[in-house]
Amino acid sequence: MSSITDEHNNDAAHHDAGHHHPAKGFKRWLFTTNHKDIGSLYLIFSLTMFLIGGAMAMVIRAELFQPGLQLVDPHFFNQMTTVHGLIMVFGAVMPAFTGLANWMVPLMIGAPDMALPRMNNWSFWILPFAFLILLASLFMPGGGPAFGWTFYAPLSTTYSNDNTALFVFAVHIMGISSIMGAINVVVTIVNMRAPGMTWMKLPLFVWTWLITAFLLIAVMPVLAGAVTMVLTDKYFATSFFDAAGGGDPVMFQHIFWFFGHPEVYIMILPAFGIISTIVPTFSRKKLFGYASMVYATSSIALLSFIVWAHHMFTTGMPVAAELFFMYATMLISVPTGVKVFNWVATMWRGSISFEVPMLFSIAFIVLFTLGGFSGLMLAITPADFQYHDTYFVVAHFHYVLVTGAVFSIMAGAYYWLPKWTGNMFNITLAKWHFWLSLVSVNVLFFPMHFVGLAGMPRRIPDYALQFADFNAIISIGGFAFGLSQLLFVVVVYKCAKGGDKVPAKVWDGAEGLEWEVASPAPYHTFDTPPEIK
Amino acid sequence: MGKLSSTLWLILLMLPQQLLANSQYNMREGVTDISNNVYQLHMTIFIICCVIGVIVFAVMFWALIHHRKSKGAVPAQFHESTKVEILWTAIPFVILIAMAVPATKTLIAMEDASKADITIKVTGSQWKWHYEYMGEDVDFYSILSTPSDQIANQAEKTDTYLLEVDKPLVLPINKKIRFLMTSDDVIHSWWVPDFAVKKDANPGFINETWTRINEEGIYRGQCAELCGKDHGFMPVVVEAKSEADFETWLANAKQAKQQAAAADAALLDQTLPKEELMVLGEQVYMASCAACHQPTGMGLPGVFPALKGSPIVLGDIKDHIDIVVHGSPGTAMQAFVKQLSIKQLAAVITYKRNAWGNNTGEVVQPSDIQAWIDETAEAKP
Repeated sequence: MSSITDEHNNDAAHHDAGHHHPAKGFKRWLFTTNHKDIGSLYLIFSLTMFLIGGAMAMVIRAELFQPGLQLVDPHFFNQMTTVHGLIMVFGAVMPAFTGLANWMVPLMIGAPDMALPRMNNWSFWILPFAFLILLASLFMPGGGPAFGWTFYAPLSTTYSNDNTALFVFAVHIMGISSIMGAINVVVTIVNMRAPGMTWMKLPLFVWTWLITAFLLIAVMPVLAGAVTMVLTDKYFATSFFDAAGGGDPVMFQHIFWFFGHPEVYIMILPAFGIISTIVPTFSRKKLFGYASMVYATSSIALLSFIVWAHHMFTTGMPVAAELFFMYATMLISVPTGVKVFNWVATMWRGSISFEVPMLFSIAFIVLFTLGGFSGLMLAITPADFQYHDTYFVVAHFHYVLVTGAVFSIMAGAYYWLPKWTGNMFNITLAKWHFWLSLVSVNVLFFPMHFVGLAGMPRRIPDYALQFADFNAIISIGGFAFGLSQLLFVVVVYKCAKGGDKVPAKVWDGAEGLEWEVASPAPYHTFDTPPEIK
Repeated sequence: MGKLSSTLWLILLMLPQQLLANSQYNMREGVTDISNNVYQLHMTIFIICCVIGVIVFAVMFWALIHHRKSKGAVPAQFHESTKVEILWTAIPFVILIAMAVPATKTLIAMEDASKADITIKVTGSQWKWHYEYMGEDVDFYSILSTPSDQIANQAEKTDTYLLEVDKPLVLPINKKIRFLMTSDDVIHSWWVPDFAVKKDANPGFINETWTRINEEGIYRGQCAELCGKDHGFMPVVVEAKSEADFETWLANAKQAKQQAAAADAALLDQTLPKEELMVLGEQVYMASCAACHQPTGMGLPGVFPALKGSPIVLGDIKDHIDIVVHGSPGTAMQAFVKQLSIKQLAAVITYKRNAWGNNTGEVVQPSDIQAWIDETAEAKP
């Protein structure tokens, strides 16, 4: 280990002599190989996509405010639901976590940068083009993809319009970007930990990201395969998903969800990492059950590969397969429960204070668990026949993705913003952002459980009259939640511009290497590896 | 804990079970034994989740209130406990097994479609359902009957808005009814909440499910799988009748079918006036064609082609008849020979060739349609 350390030292010294400061202007961002710059790019990109995807959700909610068709035609409505989903999954949540990983993983493990900095640059810079292609398709004749973000064949093959090719290429580029990002995270964590940082000393955010990265490497190629088969079925007369040529449309769903289920854990495991970082800080007490957290995360990741068909109970599977996928899915609630219990036990007899990151974390624990409960209900196959493809499912995955993944990203952003900028954010505005979000997000998503149970299918532009009152409430919650997020933009912008200066250790209860470097974190950190106690 | 558990029981007792059942807030109990079991299962899991949630969050909020820094709380030092951790891994496991047992029983019953009294073949297509009473020679399409001006907010919406069809599926009560599901185009999903039946209709494959209805009545559902533009506009309506009423209905349906065939045969010798065909043609167009090609005949650019000025509509009449009768494989254009009578086909083709400035002046007669069907039947064995 010592020889490697020496080499690093020399390298770093050499490097420093040439590049004390980042380049100026646009070139800094275009050519940067610095993990902090790339992290910022990812985060800004993700926030932009969050607003664009959110704007589409506003279109959806405006149309659904009242029964009848008011604003958009059903074909455009389907484009909105589809592109909203794609943008939020691939454009907002995933890049946000990659951005946080870029910023924080090297800082947390005491590495000077990511292991593969040039690839890092490329994996970010292809992303805007992917989304440019996807968004541009909306303005072409026939419009963008209208087959749902799950693009089930044959709706996405024989029955889609010619712009499907653009969707396929956009997803390919997103996939390449994610795979490269994931490889970078794995190589960094495996090779560049500071001497003495053994596996079981790894901060939990790093652990969860390591596992997430393996999931990404495992399943993004499966997604690439699925979109490629859609492409060849549509344009090159193959019949992967066409019974007339010996294919099977349900096979598409098996392939898609073999990617899709690990994908949902890709979007939640780093969130677990963030919450496991923040809760101990503001409880001023060590995380309860560190080892069991690591094992629970790993079990969730492993189980995620054998539960995919719970998205497909209604497709007509043998009863034995339905039982297997029901049992396997129910099992996931055990390690997930362990995590929730650990967070509660961390808070128990702590010395708790309610800074903004902690507020978001507490909201995460309660509301994510709520989404977990509805997930458990959905796992029960006979009941799933009633819940499947209704607003109950929409409520479920928005609870785990918005009040789960997105709230954890907000928590993480507020937690590390002072470290990134050197300034404390405007706490009053941030608290307004939290409380407005908390109330409106529940007005938005909670009644969806009711309309779903009462029988409202998802992905419909118009609905029967008995769903009207709840839909009006949901839409109002939606507009309020959407507007509240503009406050977040204001807080971040103001914090980047200035504010009260913060010390290296921003939060008194915080632990970890990132709090040992100055605030704002210097452009180059840990040129010399830190010493781990 | 005493205080906590008594609060808990209070909440449980206050759960307005009767109010929740069949309200607009909860799953429907439905009208079959299976739907009832599913409802009970749903409520059981729901209550278990509520109890767990209340306990966990009570502990958490207790900590948030009493272990606050502002109250001078000093953090404890513990950070693991093998005993506790094993316990809270094991207890959920036991609860899961308790949930899995009734779920397994219900699921196995739901998937046993054997020994059915009646078999109905359900075929989805964009955006309507086709029902075939197997072995009875009765079949028909079931299409949304909500007028388009209600959807466009130009007329008052009725209570059955978007949940009404021209011809409901009629079924007898107290009989085991097996459904065979398939699709002509994309994947649809046939769902009636009151039966707890939801099954995908996959093109090229056949799925099986069943129900046994306990009460007479009209039961409404919707397509539950995104199937394109008008996914939100293909409801399922089932009318459950007593056995005797069902038999009467079935006999009438058979008779009506024979009469329709006779009427079609009689048409072959007739020449219908253009005005009559145009009036009927417009009705058929609005019901069967306008969803894609639009009421204006302009289509949706890049998705559905325009008929106004279309080379097929203005070109050779045989090509036009062929695409309407047999559809266009590999596209969303369906074969309407299954769905429309020869009179309706003649009318709608005449309408298209003379509406929106397509002034060909040509008239297509039912006999032309029948001639083309006979001609192509030989070519396409």
